Parts: sequence; structure tokens; C-alpha cells
Amino acid sequence: MGARASHAAAVPGAERIRRETGFSQACLLRLHHRFQALDRNNKGYLSRVDLQQIGALAVNPLGDRIIDSFFPDGNHQLDFPGFVRVLAHFRPVDEEDPGVRDPKQPEPLNSRMNKLRFAFQLYDLDRDGKISRNEMLQVLRLMVGVQVTEEQLESIADRTVQEADEDGDGAVSFLEFTKSLEKMNIEQKMSIRILK
Amino acid sequence: MLRAALLLFVLPLAGVRAAEEPTPEPGAPGESPSGLALFRWQWHEVEAPYLVALWILVASLAKIVFHLSRKVTSLVPESCLLILLGLVLGGIVLAVAKKAEYQLEPGTFFLFLLPPIVLDSGYFMPSRLFFDNLGAILTYAVVGTLWNAFTTGAALWGLRQAGLVASRVQAGLLDFLLFGSLISAVDPVAVLAVFEEVHVNETLFIIVFGESLLNDAVTVVLYKVCNSFVEMGSTNVRTTDYLKGVASLFVVSLGGAAVGLVFAFLLALTTRFTKRVRIIEPLLVFLLAYAAYLTAEMASLSAILAVTMCGLGCKKYVEANISHKSRTAVKYTMKTLASCAETVIFMLLGISAVDSSKWAWDSGLVLGTLIFILFFRALGVVLQTWVLNQFRLVPLDKIDQVVMSYGGLRGAVAFALVILLDRTKVPAKDYFVATTIVVVFFTVIVQGLTIKPLVKWLKVKRSEHHKPTLNQELHEHTFDHILAAVEDVVGHHGYHYWRDRWEQFDKKYLSQLLMRRSAYRIRDQIWDVYYRLNIRDAISFVDQGGHVLSSTGLTLPSMPSRNSVAETSVTNLLRESGSGACLDLQVIDTVRSGRDREDAAMHHLLSGGLYKPRRRYKASCSRHFISEDAQERQDKEVFQQNMKRRLESFKSTKHNICFTKNKPRPHKAGRKKDGVANAEAINGKPARDLGFQDTAAVILTVESEEEEESNSSETEKEDDEGIIFVARATSEVLQKGKVSGSLELCPSPRVIPPSPTCAEKELPWKSGHGDLAVYVSSETTKIVPVDMQMGWNQSISSLESLASPPCTQDPTLTHLPPRQLNVDEPQALLDLSSDPRPSFAFPPSLAKAGRSRSESSADIPQQQELQPLMGHKDHTHLSPGTANSHWCIHFNRGGRL
Repeated sequence: MGARASHAAAVPGAERIRRETGFSQACLLRLHHRFQALDRNNKGYLSRVDLQQIGALAVNPLGDRIIDSFFPDGNHQLDFPGFVRVLAHFRPVDEEDPGVRDPKQPEPLNSRMNKLRFAFQLYDLDRDGKISRNEMLQVLRLMVGVQVTEEQLESIADRTVQEADEDGDGAVSFLEFTKSLEKMNIEQKMSIRILK
Repeated sequence: MLRAALLLFVLPLAGVRAAEEPTPEPGAPGESPSGLALFRWQWHEVEAPYLVALWILVASLAKIVFHLSRKVTSLVPESCLLILLGLVLGGIVLAVAKKAEYQLEPGTFFLFLLPPIVLDSGYFMPSRLFFDNLGAILTYAVVGTLWNAFTTGAALWGLRQAGLVASRVQAGLLDFLLFGSLISAVDPVAVLAVFEEVHVNETLFIIVFGESLLNDAVTVVLYKVCNSFVEMGSTNVRTTDYLKGVASLFVVSLGGAAVGLVFAFLLALTTRFTKRVRIIEPLLVFLLAYAAYLTAEMASLSAILAVTMCGLGCKKYVEANISHKSRTAVKYTMKTLASCAETVIFMLLGISAVDSSKWAWDSGLVLGTLIFILFFRALGVVLQTWVLNQFRLVPLDKIDQVVMSYGGLRGAVAFALVILLDRTKVPAKDYFVATTIVVVFFTVIVQGLTIKPLVKWLKVKRSEHHKPTLNQELHEHTFDHILAAVEDVVGHHGYHYWRDRWEQFDKKYLSQLLMRRSAYRIRDQIWDVYYRLNIRDAISFVDQGGHVLSSTGLTLPSMPSRNSVAETSVTNLLRESGSGACLDLQVIDTVRSGRDREDAAMHHLLSGGLYKPRRRYKASCSRHFISEDAQERQDKEVFQQNMKRRLESFKSTKHNICFTKNKPRPHKAGRKKDGVANAEAINGKPARDLGFQDTAAVILTVESEEEEESNSSETEKEDDEGIIFVARATSEVLQKGKVSGSLELCPSPRVIPPSPTCAEKELPWKSGHGDLAVYVSSETTKIVPVDMQMGWNQSISSLESLASPPCTQDPTLTHLPPRQLNVDEPQALLDLSSDPRPSFAFPPSLAKAGRSRSESSADIPQQQELQPLMGHKDHTHLSPGTANSHWCIHFNRGGRL
């Protein structure tokens, strides 16, 4: 217990981060360990390369995009709070949370909307708030792999966009994106149990 | 015919028999010494199968009767009704025969009745859901069953010690444990029968049902261990035996699962090579699954586990390998067999209960058992759930626990096991039988009856049925990848990590090995959803029959319902063409080398008004292939013609194939090369030439043959049904003139036709006019010859006009006399004068244009984009993003090909 406390003290700004992300002490500690393990030269921050070193991430079709999402606004350095903030999207939603939440406070990072927003920005490469047909096509190409011809991919992309596209602008806005997924249990599908 | 064959078959047999027996055989005249018997009653020779058939028939008829009244079946589960029917029938038999004749024989039950049900449930098990909840399922199945068995057995023993069970029930602790082990297992048949009608949410269902399937291993082990202990006598049991008992749990469960997986592997591998003998595909599925069951049974492993794993493991590959028809056959046969077996089981349960000779009633035992199994089940569920919830992302709440406790139904497995007991070794067998019957009846009837109201009353989350959408499918995949990636980043190798790993392994090795190459290529979940959506749209479109093309617009059921349904639908119909289930619009985009021209012309001519000549079909009467009969074909043909050939490929993509196969077969390779050559020859974006498109189309159709002829190029004989793709042919005709010049033009993405709707209307469709105009759309550049058959045209235009009412059309765009067009674009490069046929570029996106029109205001820009070809010569005028990449893509593809 004592060792744990001393470790917790080693996490800079632990309290603030916890308040922002809602992570438990233990979880934060664990993440800090991981952060340090990923940080090769003890730079104090992570670079893109650090994340790219993770073997399994390299084979993940969305690996690059997910790494990118750790580096918003063209940053090249990822400090610990930033690291945790991204991961906080995947914290499971607390059941009792929404009722008691102070309306003045910002929506927690792991809310349904924020989870969706995280997914959305993986599609929306040019950050114009819309998934264009082209962006959809690119994602599809990553996901579907080589089995399907380009032609077919395009039809799928077309159809996917059309399906979600309500205002007929040929692109999927965030609103439309959420609508197309309204039947899905996002809170469950975009959460990882260990990130309590 | 069949009779004759039978007779022939019987004759030799009859001859042999006649030699042996004095009685004459009716079928063997001349052999009879005492004259010809006209009639002979041979009941005993057919008795057994006849009775089986009769029972099944009675059960099926009973089912029909039950379902005559919807009210009854909505209140009472079918299993209850069947048990009651069994009771009645058993009573009748008893009254007539004075003894109970029929009953559920354990041998029959385990060897014939159980396997189909388990196979059905394993094969159609939602595997994703199953593995998502595997932890919980295993816990309940293993720990829960052990817990139930031991607590129930021990408690009953305690009851006996306390004197509440009559002393005539001669049973020691081991006997009670044995009884506890057989009565404790939740029964898959009963659970399935009841839960299928209750529609609780999927998670709850899969947990209860998965438990009932997987606990078989535990039940088998417990039962066997206890049974052998009882037979050995409790004094002879040594410590090593207990250890062996524990070890056998692992052997039986893992061994059963391994047997199942081995057979799943074999099955998948076998179906990879059935391309030429499609007809035995369903048979293989059943045979190998059954072989798995029997093998496991033979090695006294868990047979249920084996067949479950077999079904679960093979499904993905088998479904990819076998033909569409085989898939349907497998599905229906499986469902039929399972439902048949289930019906018979419940009915026989009822009948068996009547046989009072096996009964020995002891109220204390019966009541005690009932109370204990309910109580300990509930207690076990609560305890386990509490532990599980520490690890579950989505905890199981109290309501779930209530349903799980209450849904622990006992069934025929327990009954069969108790019948199997040896009375000499287990003196209390009769009491156990009676108790088991009561327990089974109580759980199936009382709990089965009340669970529905209970679920309603507790407001258990029901399963909501929504149709899959592409978005959901795609995003779900995205989420999976995201989660796997996040787990990587966090450095925790959890469930998502391993699933990701497995999927990669599967993709890299297993699928390669077990799926035939063509199937592998097109087997993708996203693609699959897309394909199915298309099929559904197509079917509904056909169902609505062209006549629904009314002003209200046609709606596609697969589209999420919202205001824009009407507009999207047509687009989809046209868009889809690029894919497996394609309307032939896009298959048209052909530009082919000169030789096809004549073919095409002739082809065109012939198909214009003729039904296909009969001689095209081989008269075949093969056992190995199901051939459509002539009538069917003709109907089909007429239908096709009536459907203006538009929806051909929905019905079956065959047509595409036979087109590619029959006609331009020799050119196929050439064409391909052609396409590539063109793509290379013409530099830059223009290289996105029509020839190439053609190639794409051809390949596309071939690939999308996932239905019948996966490897179409090899399955020659499959049939030669279609003179269908006239459209394509004609564009071939066009080709010659075009290849040289027009290609440069077409690719310009800005060159967009006027709304195809309008164009279509204005263009001279009849070939007699000889006018022609070519429009190219930015998105597609599909060239569609104008002179397709009338039917074609009309259907298209009707469709189009539907999508975009004429009133909204831009008059300037609509009134483009095609002839004038030609004049207006001297550089149109389409040397069309060499071609007597008019042509027309028909972008698949045209409906989009139409749609936006009909949708009114929002789409003015898009409307403006639609311009006659000649309006834009300049290639620099590229619309950003989409168009650009689009061309590039095509180009790349050309290179690849």
C-alpha cells in the first residue's frame, strides 16, 4: 500500500487528471507505468515513433489514424495528461453517473457523444466535420482489405454515405453519424473494462 | 418412374425371398406356386419406420393445430402443448393397449433426436455474441452446474437423513449426488424451446442458452463419475478415483471440443472442393457434424460440445464455400430436423410420463427436489453473477439474474439420463424417475408458461430486431479495431487484443486454407451486409413489381425509414449495379474491341424479341445438378422480358456469367489486356478509359458470383441462360468508334450529362431513329447505348421519371436533341456515325441527380453540375476530392489488372 502511495505521488498532477478523466487511482498508476514504458528515452513525452513501435498497432488497419488521434493539432509530443485524456474516451460509462452530474461541468470524456466523436474524427481526415464519400471510401479500403474490388468498394462507400446522409449533401455529418448509430450500444462497444 | 425403379430394385430381392419362402411375392409373378396373391399385408416389415413416420406426422399435425390459434401459442409455449399432447396420446395408448408402448428411449434420444437440435443451435449460434460472453457462459456452465449438482444432491441427502424422505427410498449420499448431477443440468432443448418465444435480449439469451449447451460436458462427467462410483460401491472409491473424476472433466470437455473442431476443419476443407458436386454439399454438412457427434459419443467425450463446436467452427467457411442454394438447403433442413426432433422429444416426454410402471412416488423427494433446484439455482446464479460482475464491462443486473435463475429449465436430457440408470445398482431409480418427470414437467410447463409474463412484468430488456445497416457494420468494425489498438497502447492484452489476433490469423492462414479462393475474395462482412441489402432491395423491388413505380416512389426496405427514402431508393437501385447484386445498368459500361461488335449486334438482334431457343439447354436429368425445367425457364424468360431486363441479376447473377462465358469468352483475356493497354496508353486521368471499365465490370460479375458458380470461369455447364446483357453488347458496338478518341474525353470528371432523366426522355430510344448522343458523367462514365430494347428504356425512364418528376427538370438541359448534340460536338470524338445505334451515357449516379431534384431545393449545385458533354472540354475543371480520387483509383486498378 505504501509503495502504491509513493507511486501515485510520482504521477504528476494526478488529482487534476483524475478529476478530468475519472480514472481510478490504480488505473492511473497503471497508465503511468505504461506511459513510462512507452517513453523510450525518458523524454517525458511520447513521440509518434514511440507509439508506432507497438507491434500489434502496426498491423491494425486503423493504427495510423489512432496514433494520429493521440497527437491533435499537429503536436509532436504527447505528455501524460494528453495520453490519459485520449484513453479516457474508453473508460466504461458509470451507470449512476448522468443523474447526479453537475450540469455546469463539461461532459465527461467517456460520454456517448465523446466516444462517438472520437470514432468520427478517425473518419474525418480533413476535419471539416463531415465524412465525405472519399473519406468513407478510404476507411472502407482499410477495413475491407483486398478481397473486394475497388469498384465494389465504391458502391459500398456510396451506399454507406447515402444510408446515413439525411440532408443529401453527399457526406455524413457528425449528427448523421450519431443517428446512424443510435441503435447501437456505444457505451458498451467503445469501452474497455480495465480502464475503470 | 420412381415406382418402376423401386420395382426393379425389389424384384431381385423378391426373387431371392420367394425361393426361400413359400409365400408368393406379388411383384414376382411366375414364381408363386400357389397362384398370385393380389394383396398381402406386410405390416411387420414396415412397422418400425412406419411408426416413426407416424409419430412425426402426428406431432407435425399437432403443431399445425396449435398454430391455428394465435392466441394459444402466444400464451403457451409449444413445448408445453406438446407435452400435454403427449400425455393425452400416452393415455389413449395406455387405454387401448393396456400397457405403455412407446416412450422416450435414451438410445434414440441421444443418437437421433438430440444431435439435430444441438447442431442447429451450434451452427446458427451468433458466434460473436457467444465469444463476447464466453467467460460468463463457461462460469455458469461449469461452476454453476457443479454447484447445482452438489448442493442439490447433498441437500436431498440431508433431507433423507432428516427423515423427510420416506425410508423406502433406498439411497445413500452417492445416489443422491448422482441424482443431483443429472437433475442439475439446464437442458438446451427446453431452454431453446421456451426462450425462442420469449425474446429476451441477446446477451441474456446467449448466456442461458450457451450455458445449457456447454454444461453438457459437466453433466456427462458428473453423471458418469457418480454412476461408476455408485456401481463400485462407496466403500471402494479411492482418492485416485476422485482425482480421475476431476481429470476426466477436462478430458471430456476439451476432448469433445477438440473432436468438434477437427470435424469442423474437415468439413470446411471438404466443402472447398465440392464445386462440381453442389448437390451433396448439404449432405456433407450433416454427415460430418453427425460424425463428430458419434465420434465424441464413441470416445465417451461430450458429444453435445463436439457438435456445438463443429457447427460453430465450420459455419464461416462452409457458408462461404457452398452455393447459395446449398446454404438454403442446409438452413431449412437443419431447422426442419431440429424442430422435428424437438417436437418428438416433448411429445415422447409426455407419453413416457404415462407409463406408471416405472414410477414410484415419494412426495418428500419430489417436493424437496423441486424446491432445492429452484433455490440453489437462484443462489448459484446470484453468487456467480456477483463474482462475474467484477469483471464484466456490462454487469448483469438483478432482473437478468431473476430471468437466468428462472430460466434454468430441465428437460429431456435429465429424463433420458435417469432412464439409463441401472435399477440393480440404484435401487431408488423409480423414485428418481418419478421425481425427474415431475421436475421436467414443472420446469417446462409451469416455468415455461410463466416466464413470458414474468419477463414482461420485470420489463426485461427485449431483443430489438433491427435490420443491419452498412453504417453499423462498418462502424462496428471500426470500433473493434479502435479497441484493439487502444488495448495495445494501454499494454493490456485483453479480449479485444486476442480477437484481433485471431482475426488476423484467420485471415492469413485459416481462411486461405479453408475457403475456396473465389469465395475468400468476396467474403467480407461489410461486403456481405452490402450484398444482402442489395438482394433485399432487389427482391422487394421485384415483389412490388414494376407497377409500384408510381409517383409515390418506391421505397427500399433496407434503408432506414426516413423522409428521404424515396429519393435514395432509385439511386441505390442504380448504384448497386456495380456490385454483386447488380442491376445491369453498370454492367453495361463496356467498350470492347472490334470483334465483339458483330457478336453484339447479332446478340442484340436476337434478344430483342425472341425467347431463347430451347436447344440452348441440354436435356439433362442428372442427379448431381438440379436443372430448372423448361417451364421454369420459360417463365423466367418471360418474366425477365417483362421486367425489362433490369432486374436480371437480382434473381441470379448467373446471367452475367453466362454472358461473359458464352459470348465473348474468347475475348475475355483480350479484353482485359485491352483495358490495361488503354489505361496505359492514354496517359493521366484520361487513362481511366472505358475499356478498362469494361474489364472491371466483367471481373466484377465473375466475382460476385458467390451464389452459384463461385468459380464461374470454370463452371461451364452451369447454364447458358442469358442473352441478357444486350446493353453491354451494344456498348461493345460503340467501342470501336470510341476507343481511339472518346476516351480522352470521357474521363473529364466535370463532363457531366444533363440529368439522365431528362436526357433519357428526350433521347430517341428507338433504334429506328438512329440518333445518338453520348453523355458522360463525372462519377461514372458508364456508357449506355441508347438503342436498347424498348422495354429497357421504358423501365428506366419510368424509374427515372419517378425519381425526378419532369416538372422539376431544367428545360435547357432536357431539350437537347441528340442529333444536335452530335453536331455540336465535333470533338466529341465519338465516331458514332460508324455506328448506327444511338448511345447514351448513363451514369449510375444519375438517380442521384434525379433524387436531388425530387428532393428539391437543397441540391441546386449538384444540378448545375450536370451538363451536357460538350459543355466542358476542359479537364482542369475537376471537382475536388471525389472525382479526382475516383479516376486515380480506376487507373490504379487498371494497372493492377
